[in-house]
Amino acid sequence: MMEVVDLVCVRGERRLFQDLSFSQAVGELLYVHGPNGSGKTTLLRTLCGLMLPEAGEIRWRGENIRRLGEDYHREMAYVGHLNGVKDELTAFENLRVMAQLAGADDCDERAVAALQRLELSACAELPGKVLSQGQKRRVALARLLVAPRTLWIMDEPFNALDVKAVATIQDILIEHLDNGGMAILTTHQEVEITADRARHIRLGA
Amino acid sequence: MLTALWWVVVRDLTLAMRRRADVLTTLFFFVIVVSLFPLGVGPEMNTLRLMGPGVVWVAALLASMLSLGRLFSADYIDGSLEQMILTPRPLAVLVLGKVLSHWLVSGVPLVLMAPLLGVQYGLSAQALGVLVVSLLLGTPVLSLVGAVGAALTLGLRGGGVLVSLLVLPLYIPVLIFGAGSVEASVTGLGAQAHLSLLGAILVPALVFTPWATGWALRISME
Repeated sequence: MMEVVDLVCVRGERRLFQDLSFSQAVGELLYVHGPNGSGKTTLLRTLCGLMLPEAGEIRWRGENIRRLGEDYHREMAYVGHLNGVKDELTAFENLRVMAQLAGADDCDERAVAALQRLELSACAELPGKVLSQGQKRRVALARLLVAPRTLWIMDEPFNALDVKAVATIQDILIEHLDNGGMAILTTHQEVEITADRARHIRLGA
Repeated sequence: MLTALWWVVVRDLTLAMRRRADVLTTLFFFVIVVSLFPLGVGPEMNTLRLMGPGVVWVAALLASMLSLGRLFSADYIDGSLEQMILTPRPLAVLVLGKVLSHWLVSGVPLVLMAPLLGVQYGLSAQALGVLVVSLLLGTPVLSLVGAVGAALTLGLRGGGVLVSLLVLPLYIPVLIFGAGSVEASVTGLGAQAHLSLLGAILVPALVFTPWATGWALRISME
C-alpha cells in the first residue's frame, strides 16, 4: 500500500537520514525509533506530505502522494506533536468541526461516540482551555475515530496519557489494524502491540 | 466544497465571538485614529471635509493590517492549521472561509462605523453613502491581499513588522480608488468610475489570492 523509496530528508544544513526505503501493507504497524533529533518527526511530517523530501519518493497505492494530494488526505490521518485543539471551542465542537472538514457522515454522532470511547464524555462541553494536557491529547486522538481512515500517522501518541488511556489507545490501534488499517508511530515509551505485526525502523543509529 | 466553507466560517466566527476583546481592539483603533485627526487639525470645516475620506481610508487600512496577525497565527501555534491542510478539502476553499470570517469580524464593523465617523468631517449624506459603498468593496480586498502576507510571514520572528512592509504597498491602489471615489462624488464628478475600479480589483483578488495564500501556507508549514 505504502512504499517509501530512497528517501532523503534534510533539516537546515543537516542531513537527517538518507536512502530510507520501506514498504508497508495493510494490517501492519511500523514503529519509528531513534534518539532525539534523529528525524522521527521530520519523517512523519514528510510521510503526511507536510514537508517535501530532499530526494526520493513516497507512494500510496503506487502513486506519488504529491500527485494524489487531497485523495491521499482522504485515506490518512495525522496526530502530531501539537494537538490542534482550540482553547475556545469545547471538546465536542473541536471534534465536530474536524469531522465535518474531514468529510465524514453523521459527524455529531461520531464525535459523541469518539468522546465516549476515550472517556471524555464528562468533558464534552468543556472548552479546550480548561482541559488537562492528557485530556487534550485524548481529544486529538479521538479525531482518528470520527472519520474512517486507512493510514494513521502518530507522533508520540502516548505523551501525557495515563496508564488506562494508553491501554485504550492500544486497543483502538489493534482494532484498527484488524479492520484492515495501518499505522506508523513514534514513541519513547515501551508500548507493545502484538509483536508479530509490528515492524521497526531505527533512525540515526 | 460549500460545506467546508460553511464550517470554517462557523468555526472562526465562534472563535471570534468567544474572544471578543481581539475584535473590539481593531474597531476601537479605527474609531480613535479617525477621531484624533479633527482634534489635531482643528475645527476648520473645509480642511476637514477635504481630508475626511483619506483619513477614514488610511485608518481602515491600518486597522485591517493590525488584525492580520490573528488570521493564521493562533491556528499555526496550536496545530489546527496543519490539521486543516491535511483535510481532503481544497486548501483555497478553507483559506477563503477563513478570510471571509476575518472580513466579517474586522471589515464589516469598520464599514458600519464609517458613516458615524464621517460626520465628524462634515461629509454630506451622499458622500457618506459613497464612503460606505467604497469600504464595502475595498475592505474585502484588504483581507484577501493581507492573507497572502500573513501566510508568508507565519512563524517568523518580527512577522508583524514584516507583514506591514509586505502588504501596505499592495494596499495602495485600494486606498487611491477608495478615497478617490468619495472625493469624486464631493466634487460632483460621480463616484461610479472609482467604484467600478474597486470592483475590478476585488474580483481577481477573490479568485487568485486564496490560491496564493494556500501556497504560502504550505511553504510556511515546512
